[in-house]
Amino acid sequence: MKPAAFDYHAPESVDEALELLADEAVESRVLAGGQSLVPMMNFRLAVPEALVDLRRIEELRYLRIGADGALEVGARTTQAELLRDPAVTTGWPLLHDGVTHIGHPQVRSRGTVCGSLAHHDPHGELPALALALGATITVAGPAGRRQIAAEDFFVSFYEVALEPGELVVEARFPAPPAGSGWSFREIARRHGDFALVGVACLVTPAQTRLVVFGAAERPLLLADPSEVAAAVRPLDDLHASAEYRRQVAVLLAGEALAEARERADG
Amino acid sequence: MSTIGVSVPRVEDERLLRGEGRFLDDLRLEGALEVAFLRSPHAHAKIGAIDAAAALALPGVVAVIDGRETAAALEPMVFDIAKIVPETVREATAPQVRVHPMPALPAERVTYVGQPVVMVVAESRYLAEDAVDLVAVEFEPLPAVVDAERALEPGAPLVEPDWEDNEAISFSFERGDVDAAFAAAAVVVEESFRSHRQHPSPIETRGVAAGVDPQDGSLAVWSSTQTPHLLQDFLARWLHRDPERIRVRAPDVGGAFGVKHSCYPEDLLIPFAALRLGRAVKWAEDRAEHLAAATQGRDQLHRIAIAADSEGRILAVRDSAVMNAGAFNLLGLVVPYNTFTHLLGPYDVGALGFEMRVAVTNTVPTAPYRGAGRPEAVFAIERAIDRLARQLGADPADVRARNLIGPEQMPYETGIVYRDGSDQVYDSGDYPELLRRACELVQRERFEATASERRRIGVGYAIYTEGTGVGPFETARVRIEPSGTVKVFTGASSQGQGHRTTLAQVAAEALGVAVGDVEVVGGDSAAVPSGFGTLASRTLVVAGNAVSEAAAAVRAQALEVAAGMLAAAAYELEVEDGVISVRGRPDATLPLGAVAGFLTPFNPARPRGAPPELAAESVYRPGPVTWAAGVHVAVVAVDLPTGVVEVLRFVIAHDCGRVVNPAIADGQIVGGVMQGIGGALHEEIVYDESGQLRSGNFMDYMLPTAGEAPEFELVHLDTPSPLNPLGVKGLGEGGAIGPPAAIAGAVEDALADLGVVVHRGPLGPSRVRDLIASAASAASP
Ligand SMILES: Cc1cc2nc3c(=O)[nH]c(=O)nc-3n(C[C@H](O)[C@H](O)[C@H](O)COP(=O)(O)OP(=O)(O)OC[C@H]3O[C@@H](n4cnc5c(N)ncnc54)[C@H](O)[C@@H]3O)c2cc1C
Repeated sequence: MKPAAFDYHAPESVDEALELLADEAVESRVLAGGQSLVPMMNFRLAVPEALVDLRRIEELRYLRIGADGALEVGARTTQAELLRDPAVTTGWPLLHDGVTHIGHPQVRSRGTVCGSLAHHDPHGELPALALALGATITVAGPAGRRQIAAEDFFVSFYEVALEPGELVVEARFPAPPAGSGWSFREIARRHGDFALVGVACLVTPAQTRLVVFGAAERPLLLADPSEVAAAVRPLDDLHASAEYRRQVAVLLAGEALAEARERADG
Repeated sequence: MSTIGVSVPRVEDERLLRGEGRFLDDLRLEGALEVAFLRSPHAHAKIGAIDAAAALALPGVVAVIDGRETAAALEPMVFDIAKIVPETVREATAPQVRVHPMPALPAERVTYVGQPVVMVVAESRYLAEDAVDLVAVEFEPLPAVVDAERALEPGAPLVEPDWEDNEAISFSFERGDVDAAFAAAAVVVEESFRSHRQHPSPIETRGVAAGVDPQDGSLAVWSSTQTPHLLQDFLARWLHRDPERIRVRAPDVGGAFGVKHSCYPEDLLIPFAALRLGRAVKWAEDRAEHLAAATQGRDQLHRIAIAADSEGRILAVRDSAVMNAGAFNLLGLVVPYNTFTHLLGPYDVGALGFEMRVAVTNTVPTAPYRGAGRPEAVFAIERAIDRLARQLGADPADVRARNLIGPEQMPYETGIVYRDGSDQVYDSGDYPELLRRACELVQRERFEATASERRRIGVGYAIYTEGTGVGPFETARVRIEPSGTVKVFTGASSQGQGHRTTLAQVAAEALGVAVGDVEVVGGDSAAVPSGFGTLASRTLVVAGNAVSEAAAAVRAQALEVAAGMLAAAAYELEVEDGVISVRGRPDATLPLGAVAGFLTPFNPARPRGAPPELAAESVYRPGPVTWAAGVHVAVVAVDLPTGVVEVLRFVIAHDCGRVVNPAIADGQIVGGVMQGIGGALHEEIVYDESGQLRSGNFMDYMLPTAGEAPEFELVHLDTPSPLNPLGVKGLGEGGAIGPPAAIAGAVEDALADLGVVVHRGPLGPSRVRDLIASAASAASP
C-alpha cells in the first residue's frame, strides 16, 4: 500500500494551480485534504503523475457570509473548520448536523468541504447537503470561472461536472429563508461510516427539498416521500441489500419530511 | 503489604502513551532492504512462467525470488502441533488428521487469494511495490472451493490433488445413551448455527526483519511474534542452523489475538533472503496484506440438537460440526478439538454425541483467534438453549440455572479427554453464583422503560467455561542487581497484555520488594534459554508461577547469604520493601542489593564457593488446565423499521481465580468483549464464490470503535485454582467468547413476538431486516 511515484506541487495561488493543471502532457490530480485521494493512491487505484496540493493557497482558505447572506466556503476550508463556526451552527443547522456524520474528528480536521463535493461519493453527506440546500459550486479553469448548481454538478459515482484542468474554488450555500425547517437522517453500520442510506431535507416557505442519498449513483432531489421507492436505484453490497436501502430510504424520507415540517412550524 | 490484587498502574503505559514504543516497523537496521510480495490474485491456479526481467531491471531492485528457487532450499512448512495426537485422545475420539505441507512460496500451484508467490527485495518498500507490478506471472485458473460444506461434498474441486477429498480432520465422540435420551425427551430442539469467519486484526500488522551479525555470522531476527522461542526453534530446523546461532526478538508488539502465533511463510522467507543476500532485510506487512494473508478465525457450522425433559433439564446434546481450515491444515486438532471440549461448558449433561469434520478450502488458513474454537461452541450451545427456553416458554436464565454444574460437584469430571491427553476436570468454580451475580446487575426494567412498539429491548445470555494455562512449560529467571533492581526474564512476551506490570507484581510479592523495583524483560530468545510464548490464556498461569518460583528461590538464596552477613539465622530474617531485617534487632538491616553486591566476584570478602550472582531460574510445568468461567448478559435495543441493533449494556460476571491486577484484568475482559461485539454486529470476512476476498479493507471489514462500546458492568468471583501455587486462571480470551451468543440471544429476545430466530451473525441492520421479513412470511401462510 505505497503509492506509485508522483511529482508534487504546492502552488501558492489559484492561477498557479490552474497553470499546473493545464499541462495536458501530465496527468495531474488536485490534492485537498487527502482523505479519499491518498487511500486511493496507496491502493494504486489512483496513479496520478503529479499532485497539485491546495494547502498553500491562502486565497482559498475562508469561510464567510457573502453580501447576499450566503455561506461561502473556500476550497481549503476543512469540515472541522465548518463545524467550529457558530454562524454555520445557527444559520445552516442542516449543514452542521449533516457534516457531524462524516467520519471522525481526525478525518474532518483534514477533509475539505469542496473536496467531498469534487470527490462525489454518492454515500457521502456533503453532496446531499449541497443539493438540499441549493448550493452552487464555483469552479475555475483555463476559460475563467463558472458556477454550477448542485443539481447539475453530481453526475454519477465519483463523477462531477468538472472539465479537465478545472478546480473547485468555492461552494456557496444560500441562507435558508426565515421559517425554514430541516432534518438530517442516516443509517450507517458504525458511527462515522459512510451512510448505507440517508436523507437531507429542507422545508422553506416556498418549497420542499428532499434529498435521498446512498440510494443511487448520485443524490436524488425529490419533492415528496411518495416518489422515493420508484426513484432510487440502490446498490446491493456487503453492507446492505438493495431492498433494504429502498425500504429505509422511504422510511427516512417520510420521517425527515415530518421532522422538517415540524421544525418549520415551530 | 501484598502487591497481588492491587491495580498497580501499568508500567508500560508511559512509554507507549508518549509515542516512545518501538514496534517492528520502527526498527532502523543499517542498509536494510525492504520486501514486497506478489500475492496470488486467484483462489486456485497453476503457476506458469514467471518473468521477472522487467522488475530486475528497475534500479534499486536487488532480488526477485520465486517458489522454484526456494523449493531447492526450503522444505515445505509443517508444524509438529498439527500432527500431535495424544494416545488418550486417539482412543476417545478416533481422530483422522491429514496435513499437507505448506511451501514458503509455491512452485506449482496457488491455493488462496493472498498467498505469497514472488518475493521482491529492493532498496525501499516503494520500489519493491513498483517492481511487483512489473513481475509477470502466468496463472492458469483452476476450479476453487470456498465453502467448507461444499468442499466436503462429493465431486468438489480438490484443494490438495494428492487427497481423494477435502477432509483434513474428522473425529467423533459419544458418551451416554444419546438415542435413548432423545427418544424419551419431552422437548427436542434442533437448529443450525454458524460462527462466521472473522479476522483478528490487531492494530499492528505482522512484520519480520533479519540480519546477519558481521562479527560472528549469527542470524538476528526481529518479529512481531507471540512466540519468539518457537520461531527460533522453527528457523533453526528449517534453515539448518544451530538455535544458538539464531536470536529472535519481539520488539513492542501491538496486539496479536492469535494471528501472530503461527509461523508464516514470511517468517521463513525474510531470514532466508537476509542470509542469501548477506544484508539486513525487513518486511512490514500492510493492512491489505494482513486482511488477505494472515490467519483468520471461526468459520464453523453446527447442526445441534438438545433433548430435554419438560422442566428444561437437558438430557442429551447432539452436535455435528463442520469447520473451514482454509487452504492448509496448519494446526491440526487445536481449534476443532477446543470446540468439542468446550461445547457443554458449565452444563451437567448426561449424554453427548459429537462429530466434527474439518475441510480444506481455497481460502486463507484459519488458526486460533481469541477464544480459538470456544466462541463457536458457545454460539451453538447457547443459541440452542435459547431455543429450548423459547419452546418451553421459560426464562432463558432459569433454563440455564437448572442445568448448571453446582459448586458441590467440584472438582467435576466431564468424562471427556482434554486436548493435552488428560481427563477433563473442572478444578473449581461456582457457576450458579456467577449467573446469579450477573442477573442482579442487568437492570432490564431501566431499559424497558425506553421501549416502544418500534424500539424493542431484549436481553441475552452466554455462559462459558475456558480451559486455561496450557503447558508444556514456561521459563523464568529472576536476578537481583547490586543496585537493588530486580530483573525478571520471561519466555512469555507481551503484545499489550501488561505483563511488565503483572509479572512484576508476582515477583515483588514473592521477594518482598516494591513493584517499582522490578523490571520485566521478555520478547527475546536470549533472555531465557527456552520459552514458549503468550497465547491460549496461559501467561499468568504458566509464566506467573515460573516467576513466583524463581523469585522465591532467589529470596531463599538472599536470606542464606544475608544470614552470614548479619550474624543471624536465615529463619530470623524477613524482607520488606527490598530490605532484609532481623526480627527483634531493628538496627540489623541489609538491602537486597547489598547481598547481590556482596556476591560479585569483585568482592574479596565473598565466601568461597558462593554463586557469583543472586539469581535463580525456574521452569514451571503445569499439570492439566485450570478452568475459568464467565457469564455474559447483553441488553440490546432493536429499531424495528431500520433493523439497527444497539448494545446498551453488557454485564460480565467472571471467574479467573485469584486476580493479580484488577484494572488489567478488567481491561483484558472489556477488550475481548469489544472484539466479540465486533463479531456479533459488524465484522465478517467474506469471500465470493470464486474465492475473491470481498472484505479486504477496513471500510468493508468493520471493526467496532469506541463509538460502538456499550456501558459495561463487571463483577469478579474469585475461586482460586487449586492447581497452581498462585491460584490463578487465565483470562486473556474469555471476553471474546460470550458476546456473539449473548447478543444474538438478546436480539432474538427483542424480536420474540415476531418469531425471529438468529442462526448467524453479524447482525447488521440489513440482515436484521431480512430476519424480520422472513419470520413474517413464515408466519403468514
Ligand atoms: C476513515 C474515513 C472515514 C470517512 N468517512 C466519511 C463519511 O462518513 N462521509 C463522507 O462523506 N466522507 C467520509 N470520508 C471521506 C472524507 O470526507 C474526505 O475528506 C472527502 O471525501 C474528500 O475530501 P478531501 O479534502 O480529503 O479530498 P481529497 O482526498 O484530497 O480529494 C478527493 C478527490 O477530490 C478531488 N478534489 C479535491 N479537492 C478538489 C478541488 N478543490 N477541485 C477539484 N477537485 C478536487 C481530488 O483530486 C480527488 O480526486 C472518510 C474518510 C476517511 C479516511
